[in-house]
Formats: sequence, C-alpha cells, structure tokens
Amino acid sequence: MNWLTNFIRPKIRAITAQKETPDNLWQKCPSCEGMLFHRDLRENMNICYHCGYHMRVAMVDRLRALFDNGEFQEIQVPRTPHDPLKFRDRKRYADRLKESRAKTGRDDAIIVAQGLMGGVPVVVAGFDFDFMGGSMGAAVGEGIVTAAQVAARAGAALIAIPSSGGARMQEGAISLMQMPRTIAAVDMVKEAGLPYIVLLTDPTTGGVSASFAMIGDIHIAEPGCTIGFAGKRVIQETIREELPKGFQTAEYLLAHGMVDMVVPRKEQRETIIRILDLVFRKTKDSQGFGENGAAPGGNGRRNGKKKGRGGGIAALRRAANINKRSDKKVRAAARR
Amino acid sequence: MTKLEFEKPILELEGKIAELRNMGSHDSINIAEEISRMQSKAEKLLIQTYSKLTPQQKVQVARHQDRPHFVDYVRELIQDFTPLAGDRLYAEDFAMPGGLGRFRGISCVVLGQEKGSDTDSRIRHNFGMARPEGYRKAQRLMHMAQQFRLPVITLVDTAGAYPGVGAEERGQAEAIARSIEACLRIHVPIISTVIGEGGSGGAIAIATADLVYMLEHSIYSVISPEGCASILWRSAAHANDAAAALKLTAQDMLELKLIDGIIPEPIGGAHRKKQETIRNVGDRIEKALQRLMPWDDETLLRQRNQKFLSMGAAA
Ligand SMILES: [Zn+2]
Repeated sequence: MNWLTNFIRPKIRAITAQKETPDNLWQKCPSCEGMLFHRDLRENMNICYHCGYHMRVAMVDRLRALFDNGEFQEIQVPRTPHDPLKFRDRKRYADRLKESRAKTGRDDAIIVAQGLMGGVPVVVAGFDFDFMGGSMGAAVGEGIVTAAQVAARAGAALIAIPSSGGARMQEGAISLMQMPRTIAAVDMVKEAGLPYIVLLTDPTTGGVSASFAMIGDIHIAEPGCTIGFAGKRVIQETIREELPKGFQTAEYLLAHGMVDMVVPRKEQRETIIRILDLVFRKTKDSQGFGENGAAPGGNGRRNGKKKGRGGGIAALRRAANINKRSDKKVRAAARR
Repeated sequence: MTKLEFEKPILELEGKIAELRNMGSHDSINIAEEISRMQSKAEKLLIQTYSKLTPQQKVQVARHQDRPHFVDYVRELIQDFTPLAGDRLYAEDFAMPGGLGRFRGISCVVLGQEKGSDTDSRIRHNFGMARPEGYRKAQRLMHMAQQFRLPVITLVDTAGAYPGVGAEERGQAEAIARSIEACLRIHVPIISTVIGEGGSGGAIAIATADLVYMLEHSIYSVISPEGCASILWRSAAHANDAAAALKLTAQDMLELKLIDGIIPEPIGGAHRKKQETIRNVGDRIEKALQRLMPWDDETLLRQRNQKFLSMGAAA
C-alpha cells in the first residue's frame, strides 16, 4: 500500500498547523516517553515511531488513509434539534456545543463519508473525539442512521469507526435512545445482506460500545485502545480491587472473544479491503458489485487501485441524493 | 424502612395519630375527633407533597425499598409463573428473573430486574444490576417468545448494568447491545413498564418495546444523577441539580415523547399501596396487549423500528 499518496494532503495540513502551534513541535509519547517531532509523528499516522504506541488521530486523516487514493465525499447529516433539554450544568450545553463547533469546525461528533476501498463502495461513519469526547447524542445518531441508509440503498459496505466516551449526558434520555436507534439503523444494512464492519478505536465505551459498536459482522480493533462498557473508575469504586493488567484494552477484548482481530493502523486499510473483496467478489473473476456488469470486477488482488469503479461511486451518489425510497427498493438496490 | 426526608412532616403526623389511637380512651369523643382531623390533615399534606415532588425527590421515591418489585408484580399479576434460568452460556443471573406465565388469561414471557427487599435478597439479586448473563438470558427468553408466538412483558427496575471485572470480561456491552437488537427484531408484541428505576443501558436493554410506560414517580435516565453530578459538576453533592437537568421524570419523558404513557400511582406513592399500584400496571398492560395483539408481524416490527429510528431525528 502506498502511504505517500494518502499523506500528501495531511502533510500540507501539518505544515499549516505548525504555524499555528509553534510551541508544540515536539511531544512526548505517553507510552515510552520518547520525544516525537510533530511532522514525523503526523506522517507516521500518529503512531509513536519509537515504540509503536497508537495515539488518537483525526478522523479526517483516518478517512484519507482508508479510502482509495485518499478520496472520499462527505455526506451531509440532517440537522437535529440542538440542546433539546436546555441543559445546563456549570456551563450551558448550548455553549459547549458552540465551543466544540468552533474548535472542530464540525456540527457534531460524527463524519459520514462515502468512497471506495479496493474499488468496493463503502460508507463510513466516523467519530470526532475532539467534539465533546465523541459523545453520542441525537446528531451522532442521525449520522449513523444516514450512513446506514446510504449504504443499504447503494449496496455499499458500512464501516463504523467509534471513538467515543459514550452517551452525551447533556441530551438526557434522548442520548440513551440513540442506542436502540443506531442498532435499528445498522440492522438495515445487515438485513440487506451487506457487511457491517466496526473499526474500534480509542475509546469505545458506555452507550456506544453497548449499541451499534458491538454488533458488527466483523470487529477490528486498534492496538491498545480502550473498549468497554463501564468506566474504570466506576468499576474500581464498586469492587474496591485492583483492575487486571491490560483491562479493557483491544488485546484484552481479543482474548475474551469480543473482537475478531487487533490490527495496527497501517494495516487496517489492507485488512478491510481483503475482507470486502472476499464478501463482495464471491468468485475470483466475479463482476462484483457493479451495476448491470458496468463495472469490471477485480480479480481478487488486494490492492484495489486499478479496479473498476463504474457502479460504485455512481450508486453511492444516487443513494445519498434519494431520501425517500420504499423499503422494497432499498432491498432491491442492496441485492445488486 | 428507609424514611424519605421530605415525608418527615407526614410521618410525624402519622406517628401522632398512632399515639392517640394507642391511648385508646373510647370515652373521649374529643380524641376521635382529633384523630380524624389529623388524618385529613395528613392526607392533605400527602397529596400536596406528592403533587409537586422535585426530580430529586422522585429519584428517592423511585428507589424506595418498599416499592413493589418485580416479584410482587409477578405474584399478583401472573398465574402459573414458571421461572426459567440461565443464559445457556455461563450462568443464571438472579438480577434478571424471567419465565413463562399467564397474564389475565394470556400466555406470555415475563422478564425484568429484581432488586430484592432485604439484605439477603438484595445481595442475591445483586441489587437489580444484571451481568452479561442477565442480558443474554433476556435475549434467550425473547427468542423463545418469538418461537412460541407469545407477547413479552418486561418490568424495568435497575440502577444500571453491573460494573465489574467479570461483567466486562464476559462482554457486558455486547450483551446489552444484543439484547436491544433482540427487542427490535422479534415479531411479537413487547410491552415495557418502568416500575422504579430505569437506569441507562441496563434498562434500555429490555425496554426497547412497542409500548413503554412509566409509573408516575419512576425515573428513566442515561446516567444516575449522582454520576452525572460528579462528572459535570465535579461533585456528587449536585445530584439534585443533575436530576432536574437530566429530565428523568415520567412527566419529562412523556413530554419528550420518549415513552407512551404514565401509569398513576396511589396518593403518597407506590410504596404506600402496593396492591393498587400493581393493579394499575396490570390494567395498562392489558390495554396495551389488546391494542398490539391484532397487529401483524410486519406492522409490529416496522412500527417498533420506526419509533426508535425517529427518536431525536431531524425534523
Ligand atoms: Zn512511544
């Protein structure tokens, strides 16, 4: 896989970011405490180049690294009611939202994107942890629903990439209801016979882990990331004992049968493409997912760069634009 | 019995009435009059107090240990209750009792959380906090309901899923998610009632239902007010602020259109008149069943999914 292509744009961004934050040229690895130069770190996908520790990475950078040629199209998520409870703690929720919007330039903690991976149409619902800890309220729920609908309509795979502390308390029980809501959403993709893959990243906890994030067809986890239901502190206060070593890490979940594999960041794209290839191209010379044979299917090679993409993007575009189609049509589209 | 702080004036009055009665001097008409005067005063005070409970007071009432619990409802409402045990994978979870039974003539699957009513039973039932086994057993029973085409009645009363090492090890998150998924996928009616505490994921795991009701003084919340206060206010002492902000009362939940109805409690709360409370719940479940039973599989499934898909949706 060629990482250079995927990192041209992030590199440019890193250089611009450098001007804004001249104080943070160097940072310490939280794991090995080795000093890391920000540009090198960024080029290494925020993985410590001394010890391999995976730090959080911006969702946009992640998406560029996952999609073919780093190309993807963002899907607009319909706006949900803001601050439905008029919640206020020491600060107004409305103000917290404003701050997060200013900080991230996003409406809420979710990004929905469509594109191709190994030539296969894919819709990704990814979390932006910088937006209130990636917490899930109505807007995030809306993002998952949108992603699932587009995937089901276009016959695309759905990939969820959670990075979230859980439910957004400031939306009270509305945030709780996003648990059944997002489960109902991803089930539309499953019903359509399409793969639903979850790429678990740091952290995946609380109401997010106890909903759509834990019912994927395939669970891929990033090394060292925290995955669990209850918070470590809550557990410690309840049991009043030391927690086992490595508790609630990706590796711990792998050992306990909750994830299929732990895959380093740089191998994730390749791994997902291999899975998609196996699911979508059922025979070696399969026409694959293309519409009416318009797309020359791949020959099963892992590197999808040269594969046809006749039906893929077009189908995705149509699905994203058409919002009111009957369930029957959705299923028909999905079967193609 | 735990005493609710805000009930103090009422309890004092009731104490005085009892004292007067104990004096038992039947010769004195004055005492009888005094008792009846005080009784009506106590009654009035009770109505007043309970008509304007603050959210935090509702939290206390919802958690009151004398409230009717799962086992009380089953005893009163379910004939031939046949408890079923185990998740067929690891263990039985006593926090999540359930089984087959007959509700007012109709065979059904009943399940819910039981908190226990004294120290021993509370420990046995793990204070109503289920582990993954409980949620996997719930899935098992829901699939059984589907297999036998029986409606499902769930009674929700939990502070939340149990936060423990074993629970995490055995996949608490996955167990809850799958339980919600089972609720969304079965082709038989599901009716849920929050009878006390509807605590977070542990509650929604069995409350993703066609019709969801809450008792008048029950609560339903994404996080406990104490937990919310300690995170957002950095002090559990702000639990009452959190309780108000979270909009966790039955009245709030109805207004937010997240539940389908409120079941009235007797004056002074469910803990004062268990039988009446249980009857009210039974009546509502019966009506709900009558409404849902004629629906065909597809309608039921579509409506249920649509209902949850639209919660918090863009207008
Ligand atoms: Zn390091």
